[in-house]
Amino acid sequence: MKRVRFSQQEIVFVVFAALFLSFSVFLNGFLTADNMLTLLQNVAVLGILGLAMAIVVIGRGIDLSLIAALAVPGGLVLQMVQNGHSLAASLMAAGLLSIAIGLVNGWLIAYAEVPPLFATLATGLFVAGLGQAALFQLDVVQWSDGMAGFERLGQGSILGIPTSIVMFAIACVVVFVLLRRTRWGAYIYAVGDNPFAARVTGIPSRPIIVLQYVLAALIGCFAGLVLAASVNSMPTRIFNSTLIYDVILVVVLGGIGLSGGRGGVVNVIIGTLLIGTMLNGMTILDIPYAGQNLIKGVVLLIAVITDTFLNPRNEETAQQGDI
Amino acid sequence: MLRAHAHQFAFGTIVGLALAVAAPALAQQGLDEPFQKSFREALAGKTVAYVPVAMNFDLTEGWYAGLKKELEPYGVKFEIRDPNWNTNAGAQAVTSLISEKPAVMVIHNPDVQTYAKLLQRAENEGIYVIQINMGSAYRSSAFVGANWIEIGERQTEGVVKACEGKSNKIAVIQGALSAAASAYTLKGVENVLAKHPEIKVVSSQAADWDAAKAKAITQTVLKQNPDLCGIVGFWDGMDIGTAAAIKEAGLTGKVFLATSGGGERKGACELVKNGSFDLDMSYDVPTQAAQMAGTIKWLLSSGAKPGSVKGSEYTTLIPITKENADTQTACWNLSDLKK
Repeated sequence: MKRVRFSQQEIVFVVFAALFLSFSVFLNGFLTADNMLTLLQNVAVLGILGLAMAIVVIGRGIDLSLIAALAVPGGLVLQMVQNGHSLAASLMAAGLLSIAIGLVNGWLIAYAEVPPLFATLATGLFVAGLGQAALFQLDVVQWSDGMAGFERLGQGSILGIPTSIVMFAIACVVVFVLLRRTRWGAYIYAVGDNPFAARVTGIPSRPIIVLQYVLAALIGCFAGLVLAASVNSMPTRIFNSTLIYDVILVVVLGGIGLSGGRGGVVNVIIGTLLIGTMLNGMTILDIPYAGQNLIKGVVLLIAVITDTFLNPRNEETAQQGDI
Repeated sequence: MLRAHAHQFAFGTIVGLALAVAAPALAQQGLDEPFQKSFREALAGKTVAYVPVAMNFDLTEGWYAGLKKELEPYGVKFEIRDPNWNTNAGAQAVTSLISEKPAVMVIHNPDVQTYAKLLQRAENEGIYVIQINMGSAYRSSAFVGANWIEIGERQTEGVVKACEGKSNKIAVIQGALSAAASAYTLKGVENVLAKHPEIKVVSSQAADWDAAKAKAITQTVLKQNPDLCGIVGFWDGMDIGTAAAIKEAGLTGKVFLATSGGGERKGACELVKNGSFDLDMSYDVPTQAAQMAGTIKWLLSSGAKPGSVKGSEYTTLIPITKENADTQTACWNLSDLKK
C-alpha cells in the first residue's frame, strides 16, 4: 500500500489554506481585495528578508546578521542625505557597506571555516554597534528633504498594487531566476546538499559560499530601503527586535530545511503568506498582543509536530547539519 | 575779602568733588555673597551618574546634553552607563554605581519594579536619586517627568473633540505592554472614554514602539474602518508609521492623529507641520533637563540627607499643533543643545 506523504511545504500550505478559509467565512471584511493587498503589504519586507535567508539556508548556512544588514546600510543612506550628501552617493556607500558585510561573513565561513551561526552572530553585533557608535546620531534616522521622491520605493502603488508588494514580487523573480536559471544557483544547491561532494566535482564551493552571503546582505539592504521608504524613517533599533526569528520562521515553515539543498522561492512565499494571514486576521479580531503570541506559537507548533509525525526522522533520513 | 571767599569757594569745590569721587569708591568695595562659596564647594568635584534605558535617542541624548551643559561648568563630573535597552545590564550598572558612591544618580527606569529596591538602597547609602520620566515603585528624592495619565487624557480629549459629528470610531496604538509609560497612558485614555460613551474603540493594540508594526496595524484597521475619525498613538517615534498608513490610505486630515514625545524638531514639529500628526503632546526635554539640573544643584547645596525629602516635578506639557509648530519655542534641536 502506498502511503500518502506530505512535505512540510504542503502541510504549511494546508494550514495556511485552512486559516484563510475560516477567516474568509467567519471574519467580516477579511476577504476583500483591499484587505488582501494590506495583508501582503504588511509582510512584504519580511518576505524580502525571507528570500535573502533562503539563499543562505539553501547553501547550508544561516545569516543572523541579516537584520543588521537591513538596518545599518539603510540607515546610512538616510543619515548621509540628512548630513547633506547626495542620494546617489549615499546609495553607493550603502551598497559598498552591504557588499563588505557579505564579504566578511563569506570569508569567515568559507575560508576561516567559522560556523555560520557564530560568524554571523558576531558580524551582526559588530555592524549594529558600528552603526550606533559611528554612523547614526539617533536610533531613529528621520527622513529629510534630500530623500524626496525616494519614498515611492515603499509607499503608493503601481497599477493599483501597493509598491512594497511589487518590490517583493521583483525580488522573488530575481531570486527565482538566480536559483533556478543560472549556474551559480545550481552550485548553491549543490554546495548546500553536500559540500564535500560539490568540492570533489570541481564546484568552486568557497567562492559560492561568499557569494551567498554577499547576495543576502545586498537583499537585506534592499529590504531596509523598502522599509525605510514605507515608514519615512529608519528605526535602526530594529536590530534588537525579534524580527530575525520571524525571518527564520518564514523560511523553515515554508519548508526550506535548515540542512540545506532544498526548497526555493515558492517556499518563502508560502511561509510569508501564513504569517501574513495570521497577523492580519488577529489584528482585525483585535486580539491583545499576548494572545497573538500565544496563537502564533500554537500554530507553528502544530505545523512542526505534524511534519515530525508525517515525515519521521531517523539515522537514515537525518542529515548532518540538522538543527 | 573777595579773595578769601574765592579761596573758600575753591576749597569747598575740591572737598565736594573729592567726596563725590570717594563715595562710590567706598560702595564699590565688593560685598561677599555669603552662600555662593559653599554652593560652589558643594558641587565641585561631585559625580553625577546617569543611567538611561539607552542612549542614541532624542530623549536620553537631550537630557544628557542639557545636564552636562548646566552642571559641568561647576566642576561636576558626569558619568554615563548605557544599558542599551537591556534591563539586566541596567540593574547591574545601578548596583555597581552604588558601591562607587556618586553624589547623585539620575535614573531612567525601564519599568516600575526592577530598580525599585536598588534605588532605595542607594539613598540609604547616601546617594541622591533622581528619576526621570519613568518612575519606579520607590519614591526617591525627586521625580522629574511627564505625567503619562495626563498625556493619555489630553491626547484622547483632542481625538474626541475632532470626532464630534463624525463616526465616533477611534483606534488606540499602544507602546510595549511591559512598559509602565504605555499602561499609564492607556489609563488616561480610559479615563476620558469613560466620560464619552458615544466613542467606540474599534482597535486597541500594542505595536511595541515599532513604526513598522504601527503602520501594519493602522493599515488593517483603516481598511476595516475607513470612516475612522481619530487615532491615539503613544509615541511619536512609533507613530511615524501610523501617520504613513493614514497618508497612504489618502485619509490625511480626515483621521485625527494624536501622539506624544520629547518635542525634538525633526521628530515632532516638522511632522506636525507636514500634516503627519495633528497633535503631539511634548514633554519638552530641555526643560526637563533644566529642572533636573536645578534639583541637583538644590539637593547638593542643601546638605539634606538623601531620602529625607521627596518631591515630584511633573513636566508642564506643550501641545504641538499646526498653530505653534512653526515657532522657535515649541520644539528644540538636538544639535543646538549639544553645542
